[in-house]
Amino acid sequence: MSAELGQFAVILALVLALVQATLPLIGTFNGNTRFMRVAHSTAWGQFIFLSLAIACLAHAMLSNDFSVRYVANTSSIALPEIYKITAIWGGHEGALLLWTFIFSIWCVAVSTFSKSIPLDMTARVLAVMGMVAVGFLLFMLLTSSPFERLAIVPADGNDLNPLLQDPGMIIHPPMLYVGYSGFSVAFAFAIAALLSGRFDAAWARWSRPWTTVAWIFLTLGISLGSWWAYHELGWGGWWFWDPVENASFMPWLAGTALIHSLAVAEKRGSFKSWTILLAISAFSLSLLGTFLVRSGVLTSVHAFANDPARGLFILVFLSLFIGGSLALFAWRAPGINRGSHFELASKETALLLNNLFLAALTAIVLFGTLAPLIYDALNLGKISVGFPWFNLMFVFITPLMFVLMGLGPLIQWKKQTGAELFSRVKWLALGSILLAVACATPLFTPAWSWLTGLGTGLVAWITSTSIKALIEHTSKRKTLGFWQDFSGRSRSFYGMLVAHLGMAMLILGVTYVSIYDMEKDVSIRPGETYSLNDYSFRFDDIRELTGPNYTSYMAEFELYKNNKLIGNLSPEKRVYNIQTMPMTEASVNTGLMRDVYVSLGEPLGDGAWAVRLYYKPMVRWIWLGSIFMALGGLLSVTDRRYRQKARHTSTSNEAVISQAS
Amino acid sequence: MTPRHKRIGFVIIGLLAISVAAVLVVTAMQSYTSYFYNSTQIVNNEAPVGKLIRIGGMVKENSIRREPGELEMTFIVTDMSNEVTVRYSGIVPDLFKEGGGAVARGELNQAGEFIAEEIMAKHDESYMPPEVAELMQHNQADQQ
Repeated sequence: MSAELGQFAVILALVLALVQATLPLIGTFNGNTRFMRVAHSTAWGQFIFLSLAIACLAHAMLSNDFSVRYVANTSSIALPEIYKITAIWGGHEGALLLWTFIFSIWCVAVSTFSKSIPLDMTARVLAVMGMVAVGFLLFMLLTSSPFERLAIVPADGNDLNPLLQDPGMIIHPPMLYVGYSGFSVAFAFAIAALLSGRFDAAWARWSRPWTTVAWIFLTLGISLGSWWAYHELGWGGWWFWDPVENASFMPWLAGTALIHSLAVAEKRGSFKSWTILLAISAFSLSLLGTFLVRSGVLTSVHAFANDPARGLFILVFLSLFIGGSLALFAWRAPGINRGSHFELASKETALLLNNLFLAALTAIVLFGTLAPLIYDALNLGKISVGFPWFNLMFVFITPLMFVLMGLGPLIQWKKQTGAELFSRVKWLALGSILLAVACATPLFTPAWSWLTGLGTGLVAWITSTSIKALIEHTSKRKTLGFWQDFSGRSRSFYGMLVAHLGMAMLILGVTYVSIYDMEKDVSIRPGETYSLNDYSFRFDDIRELTGPNYTSYMAEFELYKNNKLIGNLSPEKRVYNIQTMPMTEASVNTGLMRDVYVSLGEPLGDGAWAVRLYYKPMVRWIWLGSIFMALGGLLSVTDRRYRQKARHTSTSNEAVISQAS
Repeated sequence: MTPRHKRIGFVIIGLLAISVAAVLVVTAMQSYTSYFYNSTQIVNNEAPVGKLIRIGGMVKENSIRREPGELEMTFIVTDMSNEVTVRYSGIVPDLFKEGGGAVARGELNQAGEFIAEEIMAKHDESYMPPEVAELMQHNQADQQ
């Protein structure tokens, strides 16, 4: 029964979404405030019905109701309960339900936290979000309902894909979806601004915290995915330039650009049309990302079953949304005023360049992801675009951007003389360059390369300039005292510094693990020892284990550093009972400065096993850096100015609208 | 400098950046990507020797050879009409098996054998590399 109830709840949510997409908008045209207020109720209604739908699916999962096709495909009797819950989003249909559910949370959040925003603006924003909800709910109901019944009920389910039976998978997809769907708020604000024809600093101030929150979740979601791939795929990689990873990386890049351009739009009133275009792009890329994966056009580790009906729906949906928003943009953008004047040498220009770099990177990732399709369509051969190309592109473009990232916080708004800036940073620049040269030449050890120099120099540059910016900031506000300053309107400044430092940590990790990691495939028998770098791996024993829904071989290794025992590693080779799919469970000895990592391959006969040993220096810094970036975002969002009422919104002559509330 | 000049300046810088990027991107695409070949193309000498390429097809039944306790192995990749021998040393991905689809990245040697650096791992039991799936369909259609 629960499946029918779930289906019914989704249909009701769709009806409410249709109301939300139309009535409030009509209200804004004829000034009917009752129509506009409807948006709040429908947002809550959708949230309640979609919660009910999720609960129904959870009930079907936990009660092993294999008459529901989705449950039969993604779960089994022996599947541990926690994975029965994660199986809710372990397949296409359920993932879509989760998406719409998370999206409804965003709608409710907008409805709740928009008290200070004029009613007509909220109505427009929620109406646009209603349209997005209609698209997704229709897609789910027409092509991919998780509540469909099977005519013949199987005795047991097909089990969850073993790869997804991992703690990382419990929160990775929800995090990503929160990020993806969160960009819809910035998108909705942009469309609402286009519809109303009002583009002011208040608009940017409203959009900023939403964008940053979505960005925080996307950052965490992507790095969780990277961490999951690292330890669960078992082959030591932390980023594969896989189409699905790229699909999440593109909105992240566009979203990062958006955060920066929103800063200009809010503080200086410039870059408004560009910011709107970015908001549209970030969300369009999220949609493209969500759907590219689902459509099955691109193959990746996240291969899903594909279905032509879905492909067609996606194509129509994408062209309606992206095309519609761009058309609206083209129609309204000329009406946007240009904002205040600034000199070529100014923070505005620095942020504009930042946006150019990020836009270029987004375009590159998009091109690289779609290139196999383009080449195939043009009959230029079947290519695969991977590490060599993407890495080359990023090593070319990002260093310039990182140089600018160090300078950015030190440059003044509106006008900055080069000589003054130079006198402030010359020693930091010299120091970073010297460090880079020292690392690039074989001064310390013969293995150092120019890329090490580049990476280390950039890290030194970003770190030192951030500290410089911090010192300058605090000395200007000496009278305030740090805590008062921190709890006031400077928190977003501290947030920016923390996020930039996080990026520096990430660069450090990426540089060192890419250049100095080691791996070795060996054939090894119990009792034998192999060495890699300073580490020795002694293969003690291997035994059979039985898990809840798998059987496994578990090897026992002792890990020595300079002949001192520092830990035990127990990699496994599992075979899951239902999908009979072998799975490598790597075992990692983690550390701040290095990971040591063992993956168990297959038996080679004669008692020998194939084993891969890894040494991964500083790989943790990649995720640590991501956490710092997210933390920086969190600091920015909690800045006092976003908690204040709209009366402070803007000094420009357009501030009148705030009185409408 | 008037705002007009400034805007023109921005546009020029932007266009320059875009064109440089576009040239880089496309030229690099030619030399930094690997092309895919099937075993018939390799047998017909259509694939370059000593250049990084990918080959794919089905791993022939009973073709995996390995000395006990050694990492070196050979196997045969077939597209049902022609066969290529692949040499590889190391760990194969979890889903590599006889009768299944596989893609290998590496170089072709003078003897027409493929020296693989990496055997591609894809993570779904029913997954077939698209090139291989297409090949299989094609061959099935031919046989009917």
